[in-house]
Amino acid sequence: MQRLLPMVHEVLAEAGIGASELDCFAFGRGPGSFTGLRVATGVVQGLAFGADRPVIPVSSLATIAQGFARSHAEFSGTLAVAVDARMDEIYGARFSVDGNRVTALGDELLVAVDQWPAALCEADAICGSGWQLAPSGIERASVCQIDIEPDAQDVLTLALQGDVMPICATQALPVYLRDSVSWQKRTRVRTTSL
Amino acid sequence: MRVLGIETSCDETGIALYDTERGLLADALYSQIAVHSEYGGVVPELASRDHVRKTLPLIQQVLDDAGITRSELDAVAYTAGPGLIGALMVGAGVGRAMAYALGIPAIGVHHMEGHLLAPMLEDNPPDFPFVALLVSGGHTQLVQVEGIGRYELLGESLDDAAGEAFDKAAKMMDLDYPGGPHIARLAERGTLGRFTFPRPMTDRPGLDFSFSGLKTYTLNTVAEHALDNGLPDDQTCADIALAFQEAVVGTLVIKCRRALKQTGYKRLVIAGGVSANKSLREQLEAQLAKIGASVFYARKEFCTDNGAMIAYAGAQRLLAGQTADLAIQVTPRWPMDQLTPAGTDAHD
Repeated sequence: MQRLLPMVHEVLAEAGIGASELDCFAFGRGPGSFTGLRVATGVVQGLAFGADRPVIPVSSLATIAQGFARSHAEFSGTLAVAVDARMDEIYGARFSVDGNRVTALGDELLVAVDQWPAALCEADAICGSGWQLAPSGIERASVCQIDIEPDAQDVLTLALQGDVMPICATQALPVYLRDSVSWQKRTRVRTTSL
Repeated sequence: MRVLGIETSCDETGIALYDTERGLLADALYSQIAVHSEYGGVVPELASRDHVRKTLPLIQQVLDDAGITRSELDAVAYTAGPGLIGALMVGAGVGRAMAYALGIPAIGVHHMEGHLLAPMLEDNPPDFPFVALLVSGGHTQLVQVEGIGRYELLGESLDDAAGEAFDKAAKMMDLDYPGGPHIARLAERGTLGRFTFPRPMTDRPGLDFSFSGLKTYTLNTVAEHALDNGLPDDQTCADIALAFQEAVVGTLVIKCRRALKQTGYKRLVIAGGVSANKSLREQLEAQLAKIGASVFYARKEFCTDNGAMIAYAGAQRLLAGQTADLAIQVTPRWPMDQLTPAGTDAHD
């Protein structure tokens, strides 16, 4: 949180342009740490609203897939990304990778580790921290990169690819996937207000 | 100077636009009460999720209401603490980044300084110096105020805040959240004198408060009169609500009088959610008139959290030359007497 704007400023200064000269803002919209997503979302909302420019929300799982494609230039095939979602769950998604071109195959999932989705096992390559949690007996593809995090340059690649339409800053929101955490509701006796 | 104020420290998203020449231009509030009431209190994660949805649309609404564009803003003020860290981060992130993109200064505001200065937005604002009673769901403090940022803590709650005690007493009788307005409404139907609750720490010298004993006393009284469903009958609930409110208000009044006597000041400012309580206002006015002192408070909607007080407090800090740097900083726990007087080095 404290480093974000100074880093934005440093990058813009290095490029010799001001925030108001940018055409669009791309950001990692999740899934991931709720607080981390909101820091990025809040800051990008502020930047884009201030500069009066649109926003391109980019999937964090797609960003990881794009990073994998960048570092495996020779690879072509399907890729299964899994990220540790805590609470014994993972965020997962499948992509097709063809050179530098990454395309999502189906929805992003939030699933329990002990219900490891078969779809993730059928890929030609796997990546992401979530694979460390895969139960024994789950077969892993031979092409594998566990240690990979989303990188801003891959957010840019995906944003420039044009698959995601730019939206208004007010619509730039995190995608949590986990929307129904079971906080305990209070038990009520009264059926009407007193 | 036109200052945008952003308040997201708890369960209200408050946005306002304050002009140092023309006064308050617009304000908007989104309350999350409906979201949290079924949990009986604020769920921090849900609060943060709502703030990130509501902040920008409300900013747009306030600009539209005031008929100005974003490029006509001169500065952005946001609550930097104290409060829920995740909730604070949303307003601070949006506000600081927007100011950066607009190329204008930003300032992080202390939430309680915002409350304390809220009566300055009224037609008859108090002059310095004064004693302030800050009384909300998170705070019960008596502060000696000599000027902006010149605060000395005279006394505070050693346990629950007064507003928190209201919430908990309401919960004991299965009333809705937040408890303050519901207790106050029910108390109007109560029979004065049926119950007398203790006024904690009033028989001892000093200006500190304690409300946990009163809470236990309330719980015991509710249990004593409980019917099969675990609750007393409706009239008894009203009588308990009145006795509880009288005890809290009575305690606050005694301590305020004592604080004015100790400082020799003739002005008392009450601020924070509980300062909206009608009985507190009436009893303070009646009691303080006897000693030639007057009471100041904000309009009801500016007693609870709002963007106007943040815009105003931020404007005062900015006028004194203070600004926030690019490292976005929020301070969930931030004692008020750590603030610096306006005109000296800022917190940020």
